[in-house]
Amino acid sequence: MPELSDIDRQILARLQGDFPICERPYAEAAALLGIDEADLLARLQTLLADKVLTRFGPMFQIEEMGGAFVLAAIAVPEARYEAVTALVNALPQVAHNYRREHELNMWFVLATETKAGIAEAIARIEHDTGLPVYAFPKEREFFVEMKLEARL
Amino acid sequence: MIDATDRALIVATQGGLPLVPQPYHAIAEQLGLGVEEVMRRLRAMLEAGIIRRIGAVPNHYAIGWTANGMTVWNVDDDQVDTLGARVGGLDFVTHCYRRPRALPAWPYNLFAMVHGASREECTAKAAEIRDLLGAACRGHDILYSTKILKKSGLRIAS
Repeated sequence: MPELSDIDRQILARLQGDFPICERPYAEAAALLGIDEADLLARLQTLLADKVLTRFGPMFQIEEMGGAFVLAAIAVPEARYEAVTALVNALPQVAHNYRREHELNMWFVLATETKAGIAEAIARIEHDTGLPVYAFPKEREFFVEMKLEARL
Repeated sequence: MIDATDRALIVATQGGLPLVPQPYHAIAEQLGLGVEEVMRRLRAMLEAGIIRRIGAVPNHYAIGWTANGMTVWNVDDDQVDTLGARVGGLDFVTHCYRRPRALPAWPYNLFAMVHGASREECTAKAAEIRDLLGAACRGHDILYSTKILKKSGLRIAS
């Protein structure tokens, strides 16, 4: 695990949202952190290369543009786990995929531009893997705010 | 709703913003748009909730949140919405949804994500949720993630 500097921690604590939309946004964000623009750009490059950050940019809410997000799961036989992972991850509609400890041991989120795209993606995965996909569409959202600070 | 230009902006930025001093200029140039239009459209999408936020998306494992538990609960149907709102209100819950059961394999209808530096921390948080649910809870489980298999976020086709 890469060592995080105080500046890295500040970036994680304060730059998970509210990145400005202006002429020189990195300069503006850097000023908030008390560093200069070039330092911030270099730190972000390193954090991305070290996979501390998976991305730096906008997070889209596809439902607000007419699309859909659905959580889905598969019970994957251990012997086929790697092969099934490759088949599932190959679909661009798979936004995240996690291995979890349960009989349903693969949990992924489908994000599609149209609501009909979900059923298509599920049919494709079932066809490619030969395994049934359990879909767990949200019926109600009580809370979503994924902003965790560094705690190393 | 979005138009073709918004869509092109989404395609251009969904993998991340350019790491250059003037990222919106770079996007404008790439798409053959004016920078003012790029900024105006991004602001509008932010306001409309199409962009949830702009910033750093961390890998939670790499920043010390090594235990990530999806807690799942079988809650009486007539109480799940009231209780779900209270579970979602707990400060340590990052996502909370009501979802359909898939009987008989899957009896759980309330999902709440908890995170910690250890599984003990997650189980302590799950115990708080259990207390809050009380007699309406008929069963529960915690599914720990053991590997990120993919985390690209949204990718719409260009």
